[in-house]
Amino acid sequence: MSTNHSIVVHQLNHSFGAGNLQKQVLFDINLAISAGEIVIMTGPSGSGKTTLLTLIGGLRSAQTGSLKVVGHEITGASENDLVKARRNNGYIFQAHNLHGSLTAIENVQMGLEVHGNLAKPERHRQAAAMLEKVGLGDRIHYYPADLSGGQKQRVAIARALVSRPKIVLADEPTAALDKKSGRDVVDIMHDLAKQQGCTILLVTHDNRILDIADRIVYMEDGRLSKQPELAESAQ
Amino acid sequence: MLGLIKTLKTLGDRTPLGLKQLKHDRLRLLTAIAGITFADILIFMQLGFADALYKSNTQYPRALQADLVIISTQAKNFGQLRTFTRRRLWQAQDVPGVVSAEPLYLGSVQWRNPQNRQQTSMLLIGQNPSQPAFDLPDVNAKLDTIRLPDHVLFDQASRGSYDEMIEQVNRGERVTTEIGLRTVEVAGLFEVGASFSDDGALITSDQNFLRLFPKREAGAVSLGLINLEPEADLEQVRAELAARLPDDVQVLTQAGYVDFELNDIQSASPIGFVFGLGSAMGFIVGVVIVYQVLSTDVNSHLGEYATFRAMGYRNSYLLGIVVEEAIILSVLGFVPGLVIALGAYQLTAAATALPLAMPTSRAITVLTLTFVMCGASGAIATRRLQAADPADIF
Repeated sequence: MSTNHSIVVHQLNHSFGAGNLQKQVLFDINLAISAGEIVIMTGPSGSGKTTLLTLIGGLRSAQTGSLKVVGHEITGASENDLVKARRNNGYIFQAHNLHGSLTAIENVQMGLEVHGNLAKPERHRQAAAMLEKVGLGDRIHYYPADLSGGQKQRVAIARALVSRPKIVLADEPTAALDKKSGRDVVDIMHDLAKQQGCTILLVTHDNRILDIADRIVYMEDGRLSKQPELAESAQ
Repeated sequence: MLGLIKTLKTLGDRTPLGLKQLKHDRLRLLTAIAGITFADILIFMQLGFADALYKSNTQYPRALQADLVIISTQAKNFGQLRTFTRRRLWQAQDVPGVVSAEPLYLGSVQWRNPQNRQQTSMLLIGQNPSQPAFDLPDVNAKLDTIRLPDHVLFDQASRGSYDEMIEQVNRGERVTTEIGLRTVEVAGLFEVGASFSDDGALITSDQNFLRLFPKREAGAVSLGLINLEPEADLEQVRAELAARLPDDVQVLTQAGYVDFELNDIQSASPIGFVFGLGSAMGFIVGVVIVYQVLSTDVNSHLGEYATFRAMGYRNSYLLGIVVEEAIILSVLGFVPGLVIALGAYQLTAAATALPLAMPTSRAITVLTLTFVMCGASGAIATRRLQAADPADIF
C-alpha cells in the first residue's frame, strides 16, 4: 500500500529544546499522502504545521517515529542524506526568496543547477520554457525588484517546479498576495502539479484557496486531524 | 588530472553568483575596491620606501670598484666607518696576489647650494685621482680635473634644487660655492642618488679632501680598496689578509661589504621594523574593509542563501560564492593599486631623489598579500553563513 504513497508519516513526535526547557510540538503524527495528491494543511498559528513541513522537507532531522519521503526513510538521516533528500522537493515560501542579483531566468536555473546534471544551455532552455508556462515568457530577464508580488511568486513556482520534483512543499504561498494574484498563483501551481503528477503539501491560512485541495488536514496543538468537517468548522 | 578538468568544467558551468552579487550592488563593490586599492598602495609605498632606504644607503658600497674592502673593526656603516691607519694598506700590499691597496676618505660637509645659497649636508668622498675607485664612468673620465685644488664632482641626483647649476655646469660655465671657509668649483657631474642621511654627494681627490677637512690626517683612512691579480683566488687572499692584518681592521669581499651594510640597516636601525609595521597596518586596514563588505554582503543575502540550502545546495556552494567574491575583489583592487603606486613612486622619486622602482617580485608579493587579505576576510565572513539555516526561514 505504501508504494503508492509519496509521503508516509508514522507515529512522528518532535520536540524543541532540551532538559527542563524541552517542549514537544508534534504528537504522534500519522499521515499518508498518495502520489499526485494535493493536500492542504491548515490550523491556527503555532500548531506545528510549519515544523511538520520542515521535517518532511528534510530541513530538520526527525527525532522519533518514521518519516518516509518517496521511499526514503529520513528519520535519523545524516546531514549529507538530508541535503540529497532536499533536492527531490520543490519549495515555495511565503516570501518569494528570489535572489535579488539574479534575473528571473537565472533564479529558475538555480533550481536545475543543484542537480548538476544539465549543461548551461539546456538549463537555460528548460528555465525559459518553465517561465513561459507560468505566464512570464516576456519577462525572463527582469530582476525580482522589477516584478510585482504575484509575478515574483510565479517565478518562485517556476524555480520549484522546473526540475520536476516528486513533491512540492508550500508554506503560505499566497499570504503576501492580493486575492487575484493569489488565485492565479495557486491555479498555476495546481495545473502544473497535475501535469507533472507531483504531490503537493500546502500549508495555508487562506480559505480562498482551499478548493484546489484533494484533501484537507487540520492541525491543532501538534496533533493532526483528518476530518474535513473539523477543517471546515475551523473556517 | 581528470578530477581537475572535471572541477574546472563544473566551475565554468556554474552560475557566477559572486560576480553577479558584486555587480548588482555597485556602491558596495566600489567601496571594497577603494579599500583594497588603498591598502595595496599603502603596502606598496611602505615596501618601496624600505627598499629605497636599503638601496640608497648602499649605493656607494655597491658602486665600489674593488675586489676586497678593508674597514675598521669599529665601522658601523658607510656613514660611520670610523678610520684606521694607512699602514694597514701598506701591509696589505705585502700579501701575494694583491696588486694595489688605495685609501678612500669619507666625511660629511656643510655645503652651500650655489643656486639658492642654502646650507645642506653633503657626503664628501676623497679618492686617489690616479686610479678609479668607483664604477662610475662620469667620475672616472674626470679624474684629472679633481687633481686641481678645490675642484669637486657633483652628484646631480642630489636632493634639492640644482637644476640651474647643473645646466651651467653642462654649458661649461664656472660654478663655485663654499664648503666651510673654502671656495670650491663644481668641475663635473655624475649620478648616483641621495640617501636618507645625506642630501647628496661630492667626489674629489684625496688631497682636496684633506684641504676641506684640515683636522683629518692623511694617515686616517675610512676605507681601503684592494685590487687583486686576475688569477688570484678572492676568498683565499681575503683569508690571508684577515690573518696577516691586526684586529683593528676587517677584510670583506665587495659583495660581503654590501651585505655588511644591509645587515646594519636591517638590524641596527629601526627602519626595517617601522616599514614592516607600516605594511602590516596596510594589510590589516585591507582585511577590515574587505571583511566589512563581505560580511554585509553575506548578511543581506542570508534569506536567499537559506533558500538555496533548502533547495539542496551544500554549505560548500555558499562558501564558493564568498571565495569567488574575495578573488574578484583582490584582482579588481590590486590593478588600480598597482597603477597608482607606480605613479606615486615616480612622484616620490622626483621629489626625494630616492631610488624607487617597482620590481616584478614586489608586485607579485603584494598581489599574493592581496589574495591572502581577501581570503582571510572572506574566511571570517563565511562564519556568518552558519546563520543561513533553512529551518528558520520557513
